[in-house]
Amino acid sequence: MDFTLLVPEMFVAALACLLLILNLVAPRGERRGLVIFAVLGILAAIAVVAFNFDMFDGFLGRMYLVDAYASFFKILFLIAALLVCLTTMNYYKPLAGEGGEAYTIMLFATLGMMILVSAGELITLYVGLELMTISFYILTANLAGEDARSSEAGLKYLILGAISSAVMLYGFTLLYGVTGTTMIHEIAQFKEASPAFWLGVIFALSGFGFKIAAVPFHMWAPDIYEGAPTPVTIFLAVASKAAGFGVFVRFFLTAFPQHADHWIPVIAIMAAATMILGNLAAIPQQNIKRMLAYSSIAQAGYLLVGLVAASEAGVKSILFYAMIYVFATVGAFAVTIAFNNVSESDDIADYSGLARRSPLLAVTLLVCMLSMAGIPPLAGFAGKFYLFSAVIEQGFLWLAIIGLVMSMLSVYYYLSVVRVMYLGEVTDYSAIKLKGSMKLVLYVCMVLSIILGAYPGPLAELANIAARFMF
Amino acid sequence: MDFITNPGFPYLSVILLTPLVGALALIFVPREEVWTIKAIAAVSTLVSLILSVLIFLAYDQTIGGMQFKEDILWIKDLGVSYSLGVDGISLPLLLLTNLIGFSAVYASWNNKDRVKEFFILLLILITGVMGTFVTRDLFIFLLFYEVVVIPIYIMVIIWGSTKRVTKEYAGMKLTIYLLIGSAFLLAGMIALYVNAYQLTGVRTMDIESLMLVPFTEHFQIIGFLLLGIGFCTLISMWPFHSWSPDGYAGAPTAVSMIHAGVLKKIGGYGLIRIGLFVLPAGAKFWAPLIAVLAVGNVVYAAVICLVQKDLKYVVGYSSVSHMGYVLIGIAALNVISINGAIAQMFAHGVMAALFFAMIGNLYEKSHTRNIPDFGGLANQVPRLAVGFMLAGLASLGLPGLASFPAEFTIFVGAFGVYQVFTIIAISGIIFTAVYILRMLGNVLFGPRQQQWDKLTDLKGPEWVPLIVLGTVLVTFGIFPYLLMDPINTGVTSLFARTGLSTVIGGGF
Repeated sequence: MDFTLLVPEMFVAALACLLLILNLVAPRGERRGLVIFAVLGILAAIAVVAFNFDMFDGFLGRMYLVDAYASFFKILFLIAALLVCLTTMNYYKPLAGEGGEAYTIMLFATLGMMILVSAGELITLYVGLELMTISFYILTANLAGEDARSSEAGLKYLILGAISSAVMLYGFTLLYGVTGTTMIHEIAQFKEASPAFWLGVIFALSGFGFKIAAVPFHMWAPDIYEGAPTPVTIFLAVASKAAGFGVFVRFFLTAFPQHADHWIPVIAIMAAATMILGNLAAIPQQNIKRMLAYSSIAQAGYLLVGLVAASEAGVKSILFYAMIYVFATVGAFAVTIAFNNVSESDDIADYSGLARRSPLLAVTLLVCMLSMAGIPPLAGFAGKFYLFSAVIEQGFLWLAIIGLVMSMLSVYYYLSVVRVMYLGEVTDYSAIKLKGSMKLVLYVCMVLSIILGAYPGPLAELANIAARFMF
Repeated sequence: MDFITNPGFPYLSVILLTPLVGALALIFVPREEVWTIKAIAAVSTLVSLILSVLIFLAYDQTIGGMQFKEDILWIKDLGVSYSLGVDGISLPLLLLTNLIGFSAVYASWNNKDRVKEFFILLLILITGVMGTFVTRDLFIFLLFYEVVVIPIYIMVIIWGSTKRVTKEYAGMKLTIYLLIGSAFLLAGMIALYVNAYQLTGVRTMDIESLMLVPFTEHFQIIGFLLLGIGFCTLISMWPFHSWSPDGYAGAPTAVSMIHAGVLKKIGGYGLIRIGLFVLPAGAKFWAPLIAVLAVGNVVYAAVICLVQKDLKYVVGYSSVSHMGYVLIGIAALNVISINGAIAQMFAHGVMAALFFAMIGNLYEKSHTRNIPDFGGLANQVPRLAVGFMLAGLASLGLPGLASFPAEFTIFVGAFGVYQVFTIIAISGIIFTAVYILRMLGNVLFGPRQQQWDKLTDLKGPEWVPLIVLGTVLVTFGIFPYLLMDPINTGVTSLFARTGLSTVIGGGF
């Protein structure tokens, strides 16, 4: 057994534990330095993962897989964690000040995701999943003392998440009962499909569907995204969703390729429904976090399109899109954090005249939202191009048309926000001052959303390398 | 002109990117320095204009085909390259874009509200439109095409005007129509790309390579339908036209000029270059339908023009009507009619831009566009009246102005294919004459009205749109070969290369 394969995971676990101890010994009021410590630690972890990017090895006989596919996602989670930590600096007191343990829990959630995408076996997968989900229950309720919505969201997420975990676990037991193995690649050798087998597949599908908030398992997302502290919402929308996709894609493509004709149409319908419902439901929203929540449901629909393709090009497009989605979403939510900090409001109507109060916030929100809508030359366009060309290659022209029409329709509600920001009457002309860490996040997200669209080559190449390991 | 044909110098990149560089430079200019901002905008569009006139003259018609080529591999795994080039079809449209872009800067000279942002967006808009005409790559084409939509939206909602519809409504309608159209376009183009890859095993977005791919007839029909929905929405084909009058009415002058003048022409250009020459069998299948709807364009929009009271709505609907001629020319699928269609796109672009520039100028000073409010303006503002007359007479196809040879060529080409439709379409000229002459009469002539004595005539920078666009209208009207010859070399060589005439079986 080559334990060096686990270095990134061990590194993150050690970092989390160290943060916990430091949080205990550091005197009150001095704990803000912990964020900087966490940020540096995460940067180091990214370097560790990137160092071994395109290796391929299995640990404990393929129970735990270390390949470029997993590494790509690990880098994605760590980047998301990094950006989220930066957004909390100076902004979210309950996270940054007294409750320094939030960073520890965030790192444990990241660790769970890293295990999840590397899992080659059902029980490992489940352990990773629960580590991630339980960490999120705590994070969601992080503001419980101050904001009733946070505790409500935490409780809702706990109950719904537990149910979905139970359903998924039941599916896994059925699969184990039918096939006699928990190794994902051995399930693929099981050719005949009994009703119990299909029940297991469907239960597993619904469990993953819950994690990625795909229709019809999306109901929890808007409430919890709205109620949770915004940095947690970002982490939930970005990293948890990407982790869900990482394992979903690996599980279905490795375990059931021989039944592809049966489950692909189901996922195609799920994708279409998710794109349609997510975008249509976003239109009437008055609260920006709720609107972004619905739009992130729609984004899950686009990502599912890549799974429908079930090809190397499809997986590559999922990887590419998941990465650019990180920057677009973090950027958009970071604006809401900065704005909420001065106005204590998340209502779209209060964004009136933002362009005059802070051009940087307005432009970042504009760029990030248009990237999500897929307007060139922003990153979302390149991402959608990859996704839809992969699915058209497999003959799903109708799905591509639905997706493209819906993404153009989504411009409607994004532009409504733009209109308010650029045209709305201003009652308060005071400029919004931004802290350095927040400016950094905004610039990074905006600039990358532009660059990765105008010049997607390098990221596409990385995604290509990673996707090759799935086949 | 030998010095221009030096193959090493990236003329097209310079033409394309100069406005963008200007926009970037504007970001660093303080917003109070209004004069500097305008000067930068004017200079950067002037550089592009001069260079595009030069390459228009230097284009070697004896060789034909794509010239001034540039190639840089851009996205390796998709087979996308930043490849530029112009041929007889894109050259006039490139020139048109720069003529209108330059004039639009001057037409916005009196703008006082958020000047810096306005010119930044305007320059981005000009770059985007130009990009679609000079690229030889499908992906880059799409990229530039969709880039322009968002700046237009922001320009309409901030600097637009609310008359019959609010500017917010107009802007959103414009944006959503065009984006939904472009969704189909995008689907069609991705299908084209994927299908070509499956047939040839090469990932390429190069339009000329795609022309040589033997697509099945079934695919061509579906593909052309998808592309057609996108392009025909853009060229405001009836019944997908309703964004056009509302959008122009709500938009600020410069946006109306660019939108009616060139952006719309991307639809016709795409239909010809991508629809016709990449998917000839699809074009042949759908051409009769396009012809029917085009007649709808001509007649329906012309009749609506008769009852309009707002100057911008008259020009807006008349541009819908004129696009009907272009569509008939395209639908007739022969060299002559397509020559005419391209010439008409050029001529109409100049004419519509001049019209909107004059209306914008009048509206700026009188704060109304309602035709019954005016009368006898030729007394107070004779120079403005000249502009109106030039644009109006070009619009009704008066010989001696650029529109006449264009429309004439279309009818000559189309008559052999669709006799009845062509005759109906020609009758549209009568309606056009009625509403244009009535509008000119009501606004410009008649007794002098005291209330308009305070109006000031064109002066200083306001002259520029009239001089530039007016000169072009007259020059190309008197010497039509300047325009028709390059177009003809482009169209004939493409017909020859793709063997389109054998598929279509028509032609001369």
